[in-house]
Amino acid sequence: MSYSISSRSTPSGVPASAVLEANGEECIIRVRGHWLLNTPVPSWYTTIKNTTATSIKILAHDLEEWDTALILFLIHGRTWCLEKNKKLEIRELPANIQRILSHTEADPHPKALGQRPSSFDLRFIIGSKTLEFFSGIQETLEFLGNCTLGIFQMIRGCHKFRWKECFLEMQHCWSSSLPIVSFISFLVGVILAFQAALQLQRYGAGIFVVDLVSLSIVREMGPIMAAIIVAGSTGAGFAAQLGNMKVDEEIDALQTLGISEINFLVLPRLLAVTIMMPILAIYADVLGILGGMYISASMLHIPATIYIHEMQNRLSFTDVSSGIIKSFFFGIIIALAGCLRGIHCERNTAGVGHATSSAVVTGIMLIILADAIFSVIYNTLGV
Amino acid sequence: MHETSDAIKVENITCMYEDTVVLEKISFSVETGELFFIIGGSGCGKTTLLRCMTGLLAPAQGEIFYFGKSFTNNDSKEREILLKSFGVLYQSSALWSSMTIGENISLPLEQYTRLDKNDRREIVAIKLAQVGLAGTEELYPRELSGGMKKRAGLARALALDPKIVFFDEPSEGLDPVTTKEIDELILEVRDTLGTTMVIVSHQLSSIFRIADRIVVLDHTTQGIIADGTPQQLATQSDDPRVINFLNQS
Repeated sequence: MSYSISSRSTPSGVPASAVLEANGEECIIRVRGHWLLNTPVPSWYTTIKNTTATSIKILAHDLEEWDTALILFLIHGRTWCLEKNKKLEIRELPANIQRILSHTEADPHPKALGQRPSSFDLRFIIGSKTLEFFSGIQETLEFLGNCTLGIFQMIRGCHKFRWKECFLEMQHCWSSSLPIVSFISFLVGVILAFQAALQLQRYGAGIFVVDLVSLSIVREMGPIMAAIIVAGSTGAGFAAQLGNMKVDEEIDALQTLGISEINFLVLPRLLAVTIMMPILAIYADVLGILGGMYISASMLHIPATIYIHEMQNRLSFTDVSSGIIKSFFFGIIIALAGCLRGIHCERNTAGVGHATSSAVVTGIMLIILADAIFSVIYNTLGV
Repeated sequence: MHETSDAIKVENITCMYEDTVVLEKISFSVETGELFFIIGGSGCGKTTLLRCMTGLLAPAQGEIFYFGKSFTNNDSKEREILLKSFGVLYQSSALWSSMTIGENISLPLEQYTRLDKNDRREIVAIKLAQVGLAGTEELYPRELSGGMKKRAGLARALALDPKIVFFDEPSEGLDPVTTKEIDELILEVRDTLGTTMVIVSHQLSSIFRIADRIVVLDHTTQGIIADGTPQQLATQSDDPRVINFLNQS
């Protein structure tokens, strides 16, 4: 009995084939042609089918071009014979094929290094997440402690503060956030005024649109929107920049020189965003109010002078300062979240990506949380 | 696996970065199965030449042929076929950090073959065994040492059984023992598979240990100043720049 499983011909010649010749207890498989990975080749399991022979010989005297496709076929044969307890003999193989086979023969089932529990193992997930959570808290506390220490050292003049870097970061924070803060703040003012006008117009209380817009913009929306935008641009930028510095061992270079990365990299950025954030919040307030003014003028026919007069009557210094104080803390949160994620970034490119997205998520979450805390505090203080 | 014709033919190649000429009208050929080194001092254009040869940088002039087929003046389909016959080991190994070593090696197989998952897994095991890294499929690049990363990078370069493998400073940053191991591995792969190896390096120990032929580039002439075996050039060259470079060891 003899049959062959052959594939389509390779462009240059004879197709790969494995012909089985069964002869009682012994069978011969003749391997011929071009065995290449990018062309279909016979499979061992289809070739051998239900052979009952106890001894198998592979002859490869008509072999032409070959690559790993043939090695794979021979390894499948070797594994199958071991499993079925058959005797295998491979003959007339080029010396280099035998050499490659010997690499895998030395240790056919090497012990896998670094094998991890299945990612679907609930115990593994809970355990690793818990450990990750506690190590994250430890890292954060350590980072905050070092920052506090650095700030005290800076105030006492123990180390030279990098004002140049600080001004550059302020400039970058301003230039990268300004266009989007302008756009979003103006539109938020427009949307708030539009929605309020639709409802209040019905009761002839259109003038209260001014109160609603100015109060909500100055106390909440202006600082929050500016902070979210800065978290997405500057905070993410800090994480990516410091993360790359960690991957390129620049932070290690600082440490080996005995320079604190907190004093050198974090504090200038922290101060820059802390100063810029209230300025951006005031800018966002102005743009938001302008958006409200535009809708009031176009929908409710309230002149700009009346709008400003009504706003002056309604807004107090406390209202304005409550938003600015908040934005000052939002700035601290954004800078710390960005720098923390960057400094604790994993030493690879994927780690930089994770650090960046994590800086934005952490920043925004903490901004909302801080805003809620401020609301409670202001309410308690009657502000 | 072995062919007799030239594997690579570079004809009058000029490589430029914007307005700066790095290499001007250089020509050479590499025989199939040859272990060919491109050497020279820093800034002489070794890596630029490699980038031109691997299609990462278009030459300003000239043509490159692989197995008689033009690489530079060919349509994108033909170029893609030729690109599949290359493997490249980068200076930094360039392993994708978010993937395991197994996934790194499996990716070219996934992209360019119709092999099923089990076959791909077995090929990954074969390639890793070939470079002496059996059992490291599940590890991430960050968990490997510099020498192991080079080996894993070589396993990935060999995944599609390329006819030519390019190396950019394969022993950069490695200790002499690991450098020797990598050299022996390159030699073994060449001897086993008959692959043509083009290596950019300035490691003299490697050059004298494994090179069949070298070309020496020089930044002042923006071209090749010597071509031959390392021993020939070290003893017979009358160019002081070549003698100075090769006799530093």
